[in-house]
Amino acid sequence: MATRTGSLDAPPRPPLPRLDPGAGGGAAPRPRRRPPWGRWGLRATALLYLAVMVALPIVAVLTRGFGNGFGALKDAFAAPGAWKAVELTLVLAALTAVINGVFGTLIAYVLVRYRFPGRAALSTIVDIPFAIPTLVTGVMLRALYGPASPVGSFLERHGVHVIFAPAGILLALLFVTLPLVVRTVQPVMLELDRSEEEAAHVLGAGRIRTARSVVLPHLRPPIAAGMLLVFARAIGEFGAVVIVSGNIIGKTLTAPVFIFGLISQFKPEQAAAVASLLFGLSFVLVLVTERLVARRPAKEPEE
Amino acid sequence: MSARTAAPPVAPNATAPRSDAAILRRRRLIHGSLTGIALVYAAVLLIAPLAGIIWAAIKAGGHAWVETFSQPDVRHAFYLTLIITATTVVVTAVLGVVVALMLARDPFPGRALVSAFVDLPLAVSPVIVGLACVLMFGTGGWFKPWFDAHGIQIIFALPSMVLVTIFICIPFVIREVAPLLGELGTEEEEAARTLGASSLQTFFKVTLPNIRWALLYGIALTTARAIGEIGAVLVVSGQITGHTETATLFILRAFDEGRDAQGYIVATTLALVSVLLLSGIEILKHRGERKLAS
Amino acid sequence: MTGIVVEGLNKSFGSFRAVADVSFEAEEGKITAILGPSGSGKSTVLRMIAGLERPDTGRISLAGEEQTNAPVQERRVGFVFQHYALFRHMTVRQNVAFGLRVRKVGKDETVKRVDELLRLVQLAPWADRYPDQLSGGQRQRVALARALAPRPTVLLLDEPFGALDARVRQDLRRWLDDLHSELGVTSLLVTHDQEEALELANEVVVMHQGRVEQVGTPDDVYNRPATRFVAGFVGAANVLEGRMDGGRVRVADGWTSGDGGDDLAEGVRVHAYVRPHQISIAGEQTRLGSTSAVIERITNLGWASKLRLRLTDGQDLTADVSNDELPVPPVGEGDRVHLDLRNAKVFEVEDRPGHYAGVGANGAAPESADGGSAEPAIVA
Repeated sequence: MATRTGSLDAPPRPPLPRLDPGAGGGAAPRPRRRPPWGRWGLRATALLYLAVMVALPIVAVLTRGFGNGFGALKDAFAAPGAWKAVELTLVLAALTAVINGVFGTLIAYVLVRYRFPGRAALSTIVDIPFAIPTLVTGVMLRALYGPASPVGSFLERHGVHVIFAPAGILLALLFVTLPLVVRTVQPVMLELDRSEEEAAHVLGAGRIRTARSVVLPHLRPPIAAGMLLVFARAIGEFGAVVIVSGNIIGKTLTAPVFIFGLISQFKPEQAAAVASLLFGLSFVLVLVTERLVARRPAKEPEE
Repeated sequence: MSARTAAPPVAPNATAPRSDAAILRRRRLIHGSLTGIALVYAAVLLIAPLAGIIWAAIKAGGHAWVETFSQPDVRHAFYLTLIITATTVVVTAVLGVVVALMLARDPFPGRALVSAFVDLPLAVSPVIVGLACVLMFGTGGWFKPWFDAHGIQIIFALPSMVLVTIFICIPFVIREVAPLLGELGTEEEEAARTLGASSLQTFFKVTLPNIRWALLYGIALTTARAIGEIGAVLVVSGQITGHTETATLFILRAFDEGRDAQGYIVATTLALVSVLLLSGIEILKHRGERKLAS
Repeated sequence: MTGIVVEGLNKSFGSFRAVADVSFEAEEGKITAILGPSGSGKSTVLRMIAGLERPDTGRISLAGEEQTNAPVQERRVGFVFQHYALFRHMTVRQNVAFGLRVRKVGKDETVKRVDELLRLVQLAPWADRYPDQLSGGQRQRVALARALAPRPTVLLLDEPFGALDARVRQDLRRWLDDLHSELGVTSLLVTHDQEEALELANEVVVMHQGRVEQVGTPDDVYNRPATRFVAGFVGAANVLEGRMDGGRVRVADGWTSGDGGDDLAEGVRVHAYVRPHQISIAGEQTRLGSTSAVIERITNLGWASKLRLRLTDGQDLTADVSNDELPVPPVGEGDRVHLDLRNAKVFEVEDRPGHYAGVGANGAAPESADGGSAEPAIVA
């Protein structure tokens, strides 16, 4: 909490009569008796902004998607490759969540606990996906693994297909979502109380036992939160996927691209139906994540 | 009082090895392996693709760079990206601060719900955002009649592209500024008000300077995201070259039409701009934080 | 020799010498305190004994066995941290049981032992609470129970009451004393609170800047300080400047005798450490050679008075005198009185820059630029 006193650039003035009589002494928990239109003006503006810019569009999608019951949804899933697209999206997103869950936690651990040459570089590199446009990510993978590159042609010759194959999509998703795990886990790791680990050591617990019983419970929430964020992000990824996957129906078509296809075919209701499902899933995941991140170490059930 | 036995000090490695040196060696091995794995993963996943695109862009040759940037459609694409980004930044920054103030300072019922709404755009696939815009302003949309009557084109035109980009960028400024506002507390503002400052004066002279770095970082994130937006603008723009084609849309078309080199060049440019922007702000933020702490 | 034996410990962190050639013994079954200001290296010594740090050189023996390089897990010590270090996600019961579960003690026996300890620390009703539901004092008792559960040979306490309120600190101090009487575990307590050390410990090791200044009973370190640091740190002290004169110490216009002046040469500058409660005041010169002073301020504390006095050479000092020992007829501010400075500890002044010259009662150690300061530190 900042306790700096306000700087005085105006010459001292006698206190104004409208100063609240109860205002002496101590930090007030809420702003006092400012002109009412000030606070309401603020609220109105903020709420209007969010209502119009966020709530309205979502409502539009939901109502158009299910305005006529589940008809639109059924039609959408009748299209060739529709189910495959959803399945592929969910599987790849889950894989991404697990892989980056593991490696993201590892990277966070290494960054927090070890000192080694290149540590600062690693920390910077981890943030790069946040800075790079998703489309450019796809382009990069294309540059590296496409037929025109030495790496790409080498792999192709040995039967490893990256571009225009699910592997490429996976790499794109992994790239884009890695920072989500690292930056969710890292702050919690930094705040870990080392003396809890020391206490465990003194009581006879080895490194593994200590990690399991003392450290992991504190890390479970942020790791879970990170993985859920990754999953939510991965199921909706478009830019990186569209360039890398080739969008081959039944093979590399993902749900977001499928939705795009429906829009291009002037089937907005169907698109809205599938979109609602996708969005609903993401939203629930983000809500759960927010709960997890609200700092509550997982309580040990019994032991 | 105490008897000090004159035992000579014992050098560390010469002691009866109760597996001590072995423990150290094993621990160092574990450290090394874990670090190694982390670095390899980061290298393969992150660095290699970066290297790949830089290599491809360089391979195209300086001549291709000049040629690409002298093309009118390329220039227009960048220009459009700039306009959209600038508008988005202004809107999300100003209104973002308003929302942040409300979230942090106003004991508002349903605050958690509002917070969820703020985070909502992060959960939505960009394609869905574009779809929402089409649903609202396109054929059969609620708002189409009104805008048609006034001769304003939303879909397949700039306004829709700005709108979707704003939606997508809403969280960034708010999520940077709101926590800081909460941490800072209201004491300084109260002090200013007791000294006679109006609400507006207080905001500009006291609140704004305090949140300046968080705000700038939020703006940087917004800019990077807006520059890179593809999914939503693809849906609403109609990809009309020279009119509604942003830099990202140009890249997409370039690859569609087989002009890979140009795609790589523009892509590298966008990546460079974003990375430079964010690292620049990061450096400034650290400097700002250090000043705050002293 | 059972108990704890520490020989020639050295530890540096980079270029900072935290522990320099520390040796002492903590007798079995007794409480030994390591007393010193912050930065004296006492916590580092404790952590080395526990195995949480490794000494650069030196030996550590616990209960007769050498443990210098043994891993922490194998040393069978109990450790109580200043900030409790309880496992936040486990209940009180689970915390206390941890050391037993790790050692694979059977479930029934664990439950029995945990219950026994919870009763001992009087926290049985809170057995299923989480640490964040307990007060500071309660958490520390849990920490103690947890440390004692696996029956360690030695109990190490790192400023265990440092994070607690003064009142709670006193209560726990008394409680720890009783606990120790009952259990008799060899205990080593690190603290900067000299009152705590003097009250609890059988033996005190005074440390300063990484070195051992003195080892002795509380009486020894209080009444027979071996070094100027101990004289100034343990118990309140006035630090007066004087000179050796005919075998006695000349302070201002009088003389005083004291320990430590015997082997100093004539004319040598010295510091005399005099305790505020070991100053007698008389209205007239009843003793030849007593020092005279002017009373600058008297504060009546009920059963005693605090007098602020100024000597003829400008030095000032504080005296605590019980009211029935004040001179009759009563003296007041501005009056001249005569002082008997009893039991002064005398140390030669060293003209080294930055050397330690005077100190506050609980470890604040201002350094004087050179050996003689016109205003010696007065201690509360």
